[in-house]
Amino acid sequence: MAPQDVIKERSMILQKEMIEGLFNDLEKAHETGKKVCYTFVPGNLSELIRTFDMLPVYPEINALQSAMRKKSAAYIKEAERHAHSEDVCTYVKCDVGMLMKGNIGPTGQKLPPPDILLLSYTGCFTFMKWFETLKREYPNAEVVMIHTPYQEGGKMTPEMINYMVKQMHEEVIPKMERVSGVKYDENKLKKILEFSKEAEDWITKIFETPKHKPSPIDAYFAGVYYIGPINIGFRGTPEAVEYYKELYSEIQERIRLGLGPVTPEGEMKEEKFRLVVEGPPNWTSFREFWKIFYDMGAVIVASSYTKVGGVYDLGWRHDPEKPLQSLAEYCMNCYTNLNIPQRIDLLTKCIEEYQADGYVTNSIKSCNSFSAGQLAMMREIEDKLEIPVGFIESDLVDPRYFSYSNIKNRLESYFQMLSQRKMMEAEEAH
Amino acid sequence: MGDINTLISRCEELAFDLNFTHAKEWKKADASRVIVGYMPIYFPREIIHAAGGLPVAIFGGGDRKQIIKGDAYYQSYICHIPRSIIDMALDKHFDGFDGFLFPSICDVLRNLSGIFRTKGFGKFVKYMDFPQNFLPEVGGVFYQDEMRHVLHYIKEINGLEVTPERLNHSIALYNKNRSLIEFIYDIREKYPWRLSMKDWYHILRAGTVIPVEEHNEILEQVAQYVKDNVGQRQDKVKVVLSGAFCEQPSVGLIRSVEEAGCYIVDDDLQLGSRMIIGDIDANTNEPLAAIAHAYIYQSRYSSSIYDVENPKEYRLAKIVEERNADGVIFASASFCDPSLLDAPIFQNAFDRMGIRYIAFQFSENINQFKVIKEQVGAFSDSIKLWEDEPMPVES
Repeated sequence: MAPQDVIKERSMILQKEMIEGLFNDLEKAHETGKKVCYTFVPGNLSELIRTFDMLPVYPEINALQSAMRKKSAAYIKEAERHAHSEDVCTYVKCDVGMLMKGNIGPTGQKLPPPDILLLSYTGCFTFMKWFETLKREYPNAEVVMIHTPYQEGGKMTPEMINYMVKQMHEEVIPKMERVSGVKYDENKLKKILEFSKEAEDWITKIFETPKHKPSPIDAYFAGVYYIGPINIGFRGTPEAVEYYKELYSEIQERIRLGLGPVTPEGEMKEEKFRLVVEGPPNWTSFREFWKIFYDMGAVIVASSYTKVGGVYDLGWRHDPEKPLQSLAEYCMNCYTNLNIPQRIDLLTKCIEEYQADGYVTNSIKSCNSFSAGQLAMMREIEDKLEIPVGFIESDLVDPRYFSYSNIKNRLESYFQMLSQRKMMEAEEAH
Repeated sequence: MGDINTLISRCEELAFDLNFTHAKEWKKADASRVIVGYMPIYFPREIIHAAGGLPVAIFGGGDRKQIIKGDAYYQSYICHIPRSIIDMALDKHFDGFDGFLFPSICDVLRNLSGIFRTKGFGKFVKYMDFPQNFLPEVGGVFYQDEMRHVLHYIKEINGLEVTPERLNHSIALYNKNRSLIEFIYDIREKYPWRLSMKDWYHILRAGTVIPVEEHNEILEQVAQYVKDNVGQRQDKVKVVLSGAFCEQPSVGLIRSVEEAGCYIVDDDLQLGSRMIIGDIDANTNEPLAAIAHAYIYQSRYSSSIYDVENPKEYRLAKIVEERNADGVIFASASFCDPSLLDAPIFQNAFDRMGIRYIAFQFSENINQFKVIKEQVGAFSDSIKLWEDEPMPVES
């Protein structure tokens, strides 16, 4: 089935409507008087933004969507013409380049400038540098930075939580009140957090469905669409809860019918390999990248990337009774804010519980937050579980660093290895 | 005072002893002593000293150790320093070290702390999350908690109780250390030919691997030396070197810059030794609060510190002005996110302000400097030849 013929399920339509609505609201923000808040996905304080009736803009989401629409190369070149290095995060350059070329967002609509830059610097040092750059581009925007401590000791300590809550009281909330003209209303925040918690319950259930064989979903390539609403400003809304309920119901139906995941070319017929993937996907050649996997019958049953906006499968939820503490914990509980031993444990758990045949790392050239340490993690996991590991390299949104043939060759070799291993295991079982 | 050349040679030997022999000998002299390795750039060494420890800076292997094992841990597009540090750890250069501290510099060093944990290096590994919030009652309190955390680890090893008196004593020693360092920088600014940057680099770096008391003695001798009218002025321009605050360039690169016609009169190499400007209160009942206060109000600019309230481009421009420098050389380690992400901010601002600069990248183990030398030479010549025709400054 050609991509344009893919049948849209109701959940897809719901998501499309939500995102279109947000961009339409952003386009009209000047007329409606809505204040605009630029922020990032990991550790995003969507609920707080919503409490102050602001509209969120996520620069890295714009960058990835620009890449999927083949616009990122020109933006990156524009930034590099203005002293941005070839070696740094391409999300930053794509965003800066887009700004330099008129700030036309991925939907073709002009994005309003920020009234406030809300930086929750979670698990990515580059975010901090990015907002320093944006502050110079938007000198009239208020900037508020919430420093999120790293889970260096593998846990959130009371000191870390207190530090974050104090930042919210002393800096974040007063600045948001000043910019929005809306007084902080904790009861309103609590109600929003009720919906967050509910959406988190649903998304956890959804990402548990690949425990079925065959897996009814691809938890990486399709997973990036599933995390869309919860990551980009809809967490805390009844619309997001409805979306996830609908999605879960559609997946249940697939399980009932014994169906595998839906790919851009229709249903995957045979599940040959079950994999866990570490690292973000490549966005410039997303479809080609995915195709290499589904052509080989490889399903991703769990991925670290879908936990970048929050790790829910270990049981953590927003708690409406402890609103600010809950927001603090949320910020600290994103995947790249976990230390390396925690990340190894989480991936190990996924490989075991989802009965994966293998583990693949997509190492991203311009994302040190993910990439630094991945080789060591691979070694540990390989030694611990004696599971075949695969390693490929690409980039987030710079098409110059996606080499289709190299990646395909590497993955084909990896799949051959997995096949041989499966054959040997089958022989041993007899 | 002994012969200055002998002293400098001794400093070079200490600075680049990748086995940290002097530190290990220091530790052997007393069973309660501990060695704590810390990664660049800054760490409040006072607290380790007060806890009976020797803080030892780990800058990586530079051009003096071939990276073999480290390449299996870090992809080609990650800077060199973590791979050479891993190589050193696996080759047992850090045997005898009790703990390791990883100040928050960037994502790479942050994740390296996790690899040290996974590999079980040392009795403790601590990622030191420096506050990016600069309210004393918020970020300052958090910073004190972080320091207490470190003191707790050391106490678990040697059982030593750190009192305010001990901390005040240590703070005073480091105040003296910083004061002597700045005195020498000030002399070098006026008379840079009296002590080459290469030699000064060795002297400064030696101080990161030996007890502060010993380094203060060395600095006093050097200070005495540079007070005299020694050396001969050459026709060179004065520059500030910026951007190499973590992974260090090899000394060959520093020499090449000097040979190509520049006196380096300020820099952010080994920033940790100079991070705090001025003294920290050494007569207080709350020394940890004093250290935190100094970090919040007296820190130099750094690419590792969030700066929106105090923009770094103006802080560097002020250094250029105060040092009467003719220009800036931006030297970033390859793939160094903090430095490279700051580059457009600095360069766009300096274009507006009319401050001359050049920029290049290095890695710790390169030893071919021909291209850099040519670039720096052209930069220096352009200033010397056209110094009466300054660049137009935009309003």
